[in-house]
Amino acid sequence: MNNLVDLDAAPALATPTRARRTRILPVIIFAAFALVPLALLLGPQSYVLAVVTRIMILALGAMSLDLLIGYGAMISFGHAAFVGLGAYSVAILASHGITDGFVQLAVALATSLIFALFTGAISLRTKGVYFIMITLAFGQMLFFLTTSLAAYGGDDGLTLAARSTFFSLKFMKNDLAMYYVTFGTLLGAYLLLRAIVASRFGRVLRGIRENPVRMEAIGFAPYRYQLTAYVIAGLIAGGSGFLLANQTEFVSPAYTAWQRSGELIFVLVLGGLGSLHGAILGAAAFTLLADILSHYTENWAMIFGPILILVVLFVRGGINGLFGGKP
Amino acid sequence: MSTALLQLQNLTKNYGALRVTDDVSFTVEPGELHAIIGPNGAGKTTLIHQISGHARPDSGQILFDDHDITDLSMAARAQRGLVRSFQITSILPRFSALENVALAAQARAGSSFRFLGNAAEEPELNDIAMGLLTRFGLGARAHIPAGQMSHGEKRQLEIAIALAAKPKLLLLDEPLAGTSRDESQRLINILQELRKELPIILIEHDMDAVFALADRVSVLVYGRIIACGSPQNIRDNAEVRAAYLGEEAA
Repeated sequence: MNNLVDLDAAPALATPTRARRTRILPVIIFAAFALVPLALLLGPQSYVLAVVTRIMILALGAMSLDLLIGYGAMISFGHAAFVGLGAYSVAILASHGITDGFVQLAVALATSLIFALFTGAISLRTKGVYFIMITLAFGQMLFFLTTSLAAYGGDDGLTLAARSTFFSLKFMKNDLAMYYVTFGTLLGAYLLLRAIVASRFGRVLRGIRENPVRMEAIGFAPYRYQLTAYVIAGLIAGGSGFLLANQTEFVSPAYTAWQRSGELIFVLVLGGLGSLHGAILGAAAFTLLADILSHYTENWAMIFGPILILVVLFVRGGINGLFGGKP
Repeated sequence: MSTALLQLQNLTKNYGALRVTDDVSFTVEPGELHAIIGPNGAGKTTLIHQISGHARPDSGQILFDDHDITDLSMAARAQRGLVRSFQITSILPRFSALENVALAAQARAGSSFRFLGNAAEEPELNDIAMGLLTRFGLGARAHIPAGQMSHGEKRQLEIAIALAAKPKLLLLDEPLAGTSRDESQRLINILQELRKELPIILIEHDMDAVFALADRVSVLVYGRIIACGSPQNIRDNAEVRAAYLGEEAA
């Protein structure tokens, strides 16, 4: 169906040592995230803490996209729309004085759910390049909708009056709390997605990726499974938008633009498709590279292109592949 | 209602100006192995696509188990017990042989909308799968990625997959295609066993196999069934020989 994802890139069978390494790598990653704030007790921390929080939020969005691209061969080019929906839910409610995090999160997830059901139901009737284009179109629709929201800043975006509160507590104001909320969400999403991928549902999804006709012939209708995966991915991306708005205390139409959707795919390919933790590696590499390169040149994006090409050509499986991980 | 398990009624399908299925009607009775033969391009695979739901007829009806299934998808037909194999090997290449079969068992074992629990470790699915693989002599190969098996093994695996989906009627589209003499003999032995267990529609080029296995044979030429009868009957049919050997019909 969708030959745009290189399914043969993976070594067919993991050797035992490789399998063990794949299991250890995520543990190392999450342990590192958990300990970052401690290491910073000594030095100037607010900047680094903000950068690592941003990495984790980006990783959350990219990881949810991995369920679609890496495990479902559904190359969505409009995934940033969900991030935008989550972020705008926070900002718009906050601008009306509703800062309760539970309400904001519920609205973020509800709008993501509705948008995913609606756009997924239509997009998934198409395959391959058409699926890419139609998801792109839906993403752009949302982009133009946000630019036209004059009451909420339009093109200029909207500054958050305050971060979300939980039980009327303003603890998210504290960057360290913000950090650990993000960390907990990322860890939770990772464990959830890992379970889903290995479950009956996930096995059907992976089977459809490999050979949809074979799956139909034994009685699985791909559409229902793909749509469910699309909704799950949308919800998690919506959740990442909720965090993003809180972290940056600002939302703008740029969050939903196709460039952001492309960025998510970039992160995923860079880190390694179909491994979940590859999204985290990719997000870290992407964010740090952009940060470092932007010290030297304004046109850092121009250096990114060739890097991605080199990764795709020479490092099968992205950064995760470098560590010997398999998708 | 009729006793036939499967009934095709006046199926017709065109690809543009080409009529690939021309008013085809036939039945499959319980317990029968019904073979469909015909020269290349006769429309055999197109016909099996229509029976399995992979393609839709332009007109005509398909009744299975006394239900009209003409408008059902391939997945829905498989759920009702109409399961097919493919002429060109169709497996999940990166899944192990065991998981290929276990997935088919999963399709029949309750809902697959389960998001927790490791599917690869469900004993009830793996036991069914292992049983079928062992039966076909693939037990030792259960954990090999299916893509790395030999062609003959893949053909056997396909049949194991189809059986795990608990068919009431099995559609086999050239199961012997591309196999060596040894492999084909092994597959014929498997089919000899299977025909005792469930009704089968067999499309096959290997005439020796067809005449050895079939209870009834239908001959498809240019999308039309020109003859239907016992293997002996078909062997002696002048029209059939003309179609195959290019003789003038006597």
